[in-house]
Amino acid sequence: MPALPPIRILSPTAILGYGFPAASFEAGLALNPDVIAVDAGSSDPGPYYLGAGVSFTDRTAVKRDLRHMLIAGRARGIPVLVGSAGGAGARPHLDWTVDIVREIAREEGLAGRLAVIPSDMDKSTLMAGLAAGDLIALPPGEAATPEDIAQSTYIVAQIGEEPLIAALQAGADVVIAGRCYDPSVFAAVPILRGYPRGLALHMGKILECAAIASLPGSGSDCMLATLDETGFVLETLNPARICTVTSVAAHTLYEKSDPYHLPGPGGALNLRATGFEQIDPARVRVTGSVFEPSDGYFVKLEAARIVGYRTVSIAGARAPDFIAKLDEIIAGVRARVFDNFPEMQAGNATLIFRIYGRDGVMGALEPERGALPHEVGIVIEAVADSQDRANTICSFARSTMLHFGYPGRVSTAGNLAFPYSPSDFKAGAVYGFSLYHLLRVTDPVAPFPFVMSNLEDPA
Amino acid sequence: MTRLVDVASVIRSKNAGPYELTLDVIFKDRAWYDRALREDLINPALIARLYGVPLHDVLGIVAFEPANAIKATIKRPMVSGAIGETDVYGAQQHAPLLTLRFGNDPE
Repeated sequence: MPALPPIRILSPTAILGYGFPAASFEAGLALNPDVIAVDAGSSDPGPYYLGAGVSFTDRTAVKRDLRHMLIAGRARGIPVLVGSAGGAGARPHLDWTVDIVREIAREEGLAGRLAVIPSDMDKSTLMAGLAAGDLIALPPGEAATPEDIAQSTYIVAQIGEEPLIAALQAGADVVIAGRCYDPSVFAAVPILRGYPRGLALHMGKILECAAIASLPGSGSDCMLATLDETGFVLETLNPARICTVTSVAAHTLYEKSDPYHLPGPGGALNLRATGFEQIDPARVRVTGSVFEPSDGYFVKLEAARIVGYRTVSIAGARAPDFIAKLDEIIAGVRARVFDNFPEMQAGNATLIFRIYGRDGVMGALEPERGALPHEVGIVIEAVADSQDRANTICSFARSTMLHFGYPGRVSTAGNLAFPYSPSDFKAGAVYGFSLYHLLRVTDPVAPFPFVMSNLEDPA
Repeated sequence: MTRLVDVASVIRSKNAGPYELTLDVIFKDRAWYDRALREDLINPALIARLYGVPLHDVLGIVAFEPANAIKATIKRPMVSGAIGETDVYGAQQHAPLLTLRFGNDPE
């Protein structure tokens, strides 16, 4: 069998919308990439964005990045792939991204085949999966319940490279996919063309964060990988950054509990035999990563649901006696709120006092809680079953704390310094993750069919 | 005596999924990485003590030689973004590691 020629994959930025220097992108194009791919998403920003169906990235910034990618991709006739569209990758995020793509196509006169791949999961399918034992908990998470499914606003699966490959085989020039396993968009074209799956996925795992794996790392600069049948070479496209064995290997640790064993759709990457070699001062070659198929094909589900409505009040305190007695004062304020609003005891509202300067950042994990600062920041937060109730609880807690009398108090005009008027902020619906589980599927492609159209079609 | 912050190029924390918090220490060179392993510098009991969590919530300690790195993973006090969350990304939970010294030296 003849050797495959090296294939080059350009990753412009860590998250679509985080930007990249135009000069880096041009330097990448000068190396004649075979694919331009980008990861647009993450569950890192928390459950709100998935649950509410909004992007954590800015539309204008996403459009700027996509414009560069689509123009270059169509001019060169190379595929452009976007995974986890709109951040969380559910239907509204996907539609939001496709709308931007069509707008750019119209403005720039671009033509070509556009494949859109939803990764939303149907609730009835999941109920059946739960009943059949195909919905599996990821420890330390707990088993899913029918309520978890029923209450979710959006449910997505992290799809593998297979649905992307199906779209490419059907002639897609541009692929916009819902929630994807991060490496999928980078690995799809190489795997379709016969490169080893383990190397392609490991390469994708590094490219998904673009120049974060370089030195100095950046989430808004480009990275290029050149893959052959025995390994891949990573290089930056900005003379201010280099790839080192440490920067690349360190990225393999990032956000993972076990760097030697990286599970994904259909199996796991085994990095026990992976080698990292500095081939010149700026480039690193990676070899030896292998993919081990699992017994059965599993995709990871993500879902979120509304858990309440939030109001916060932001204040500070500078009085040493107040700071020294803060725990007693908070307990007193809490008791007063409970006394006036007995429904809180029924669990319809939660009242939280965050004390910045003491344990606001680490909460229960803070080992130095006892060291008293000269000043504290205080966030009073109420989460309740309605916005009105949250407003009431927060407002009452804030006014009570402002004028709360405590033994030895000398500053009797007020305990809190408010930077803002109004002092309270309605934060709207609060979401929580409702699913983060594995689902067994019999076919990695069938649940996630693409919809093909032309870039130039009206929306 | 040698402090961890003087021989590590990276000391960081981050979510590893919504249930776990993972702590990475990347040593500046192989010698310090080897010494840390030899002395069992980063072990489950130490992580449990530094973070005030039960030993069974320390989910694993993994050494990753290609990066001269040692990683410890603990169970998050709550699922990321749940009511009461203090650090959605888990990116500012590394500070207790900054006080570590080799040889169990007193601080």
